[in-house]
Amino acid sequence: MTMLAVDDLVAGHGLLTAVRNVSLSVAAGEVLGVIGANGAGKTTLFRTLSGVHPAASGTIVLDGVDVTTLSPSRRVTSGIAMVPEGRRLFVDMTVRENLLVSGENGRAGAWSLEGVVAALPSLAPLLNVVTGGLSGGQRQAVAIGRALMSNPKVLLLDEVSLGLSPVAIEGLYEQLTGLKGRGDTAMVVVEQDLDRAMAFSDRVICMLEGRIALEGEPQVLGRQAITEAYFGLAHQEVTYA
Amino acid sequence: MLDALIQGILLGGYYAILAAGLSLMFGVVRFINLAHGDFAILGAYLVLFAVEVLGLSPWLAVAAVVPIMAALGWVLQATLFARTIKGGFLLPLLTTFGLGAVLQNGMFGLFGSDTKSLGNHIGNLSWASWQLPFGITVGQLPVITFAVAVTVLASLQLVLSFSKLGRAIRATSSDPEAAELCGIDARAVHRAAAAIAVALAGLAGAFLAMRALINPYAGPTQLIFAFEAVVIGGIGSLWGTLIGGIVLGVAQSFGATISAQGFQLAGHTVFLGVLGGRLYLAHSRSLGGWRAVLPMPSPPPKSATQLQQATSEGRS
Repeated sequence: MTMLAVDDLVAGHGLLTAVRNVSLSVAAGEVLGVIGANGAGKTTLFRTLSGVHPAASGTIVLDGVDVTTLSPSRRVTSGIAMVPEGRRLFVDMTVRENLLVSGENGRAGAWSLEGVVAALPSLAPLLNVVTGGLSGGQRQAVAIGRALMSNPKVLLLDEVSLGLSPVAIEGLYEQLTGLKGRGDTAMVVVEQDLDRAMAFSDRVICMLEGRIALEGEPQVLGRQAITEAYFGLAHQEVTYA
Repeated sequence: MLDALIQGILLGGYYAILAAGLSLMFGVVRFINLAHGDFAILGAYLVLFAVEVLGLSPWLAVAAVVPIMAALGWVLQATLFARTIKGGFLLPLLTTFGLGAVLQNGMFGLFGSDTKSLGNHIGNLSWASWQLPFGITVGQLPVITFAVAVTVLASLQLVLSFSKLGRAIRATSSDPEAAELCGIDARAVHRAAAAIAVALAGLAGAFLAMRALINPYAGPTQLIFAFEAVVIGGIGSLWGTLIGGIVLGVAQSFGATISAQGFQLAGHTVFLGVLGGRLYLAHSRSLGGWRAVLPMPSPPPKSATQLQQATSEGRS
């Protein structure tokens, strides 16, 4: 069942078109990995999906409902939650308050504070700690928990492991694998670590200069093809006008 | 001396009510409302209107006017303030400066230029006092004003700390875009903050009119006092505004014992002193602080997260 369907999406910053005619779809319980070099348009794509960046054209359909013109907060209540690049926690509030804010204002659903702490056990001892003092891995876990509290149908995770220690990344992916195992939430994940992205995703899209250069199941595509798409080696016939 | 101190502290209660709204608007909406003092005077005139024309009792009139002022703040944020914020930092200042002029002249047109006071309508409360031990006398109205200030600030603090709206307000003031990504309608939160701020201005104006004479052009002076209280107490801190208000009130009160003009002069002097001290500290900190001149190994630099934690603890 398709949870998120994006059709011919275009978004840009002034004269620069960062996302060009991107179409993608994610089913419930599926993990879609987004791979691409810096400047490929991944973050702009995510910001457009979550509504903090306007779409120039194209449609975003969530569970059969067109959300293209909704404000970010209305999209959250419709069921799109994003873990933004840089976590963007409320640094002068505690972990508990960060989670509650999202739970109180997001979509109604099954996730509760207890449920999120059970799914992300690393949060349990931190609930009353102000998030400004947390480590990068702890902050990322809070950001994921905060997104879950809004009961998303589609969870967008931007730069999951950026700036985290290997141990923190390992712990985070264990918890994310647990989430994936529940099979009720569609996930779209930006991950710079290619091995990690290929292992965790059911399907990957590879972005190059705002376009989808390659799409498919990671094991079928193979590392070589993905690497070539990442660096644009497979597209030397593209002319720049 | 003790008498001036007590008078000053009680006067600080009035400044705290006035300044809390200004501080809330700046902290949450990042909006400087130069018409805040005029809203206070408008609130006072509305209370006077309810008492003199509609014949309500003064306290009932205050209770009726505060929600009206809140609605006014909500509407202004929705229709005017939110639009001006998009136009850069200068536009809100110009707009509210102009709005202040509109309010002043509108009140002049509607209510005339006579100075008025609620003092005539609150019976002997305007001069009644309580005798305390050690020969101290405190006026009942200042004590009531101070008690209302503490109650208002405490309830506001409770709302901010423990309610859904309060968490949404704090989240929006910390990072509006991240708040949107949590499902919070930041514009609705801004409207709520503006409603609270203008309601507080109206409440402060009512207490001003009970204690003193007001006229349609009295707003800007009150705005300056509110700004001074906010700056002395620290922006974005509710209890800071109370402390700022008390410091300002005590300075004015002591100034008034020296000479009649000393009331204003001492308040402004303390404000400028605090501002100068802050600037000096910030400047010397940027040069390495006083430790830099000592021939000692410098202490390890604090990390950014530690600093953030320290400031956030200071605010909560």
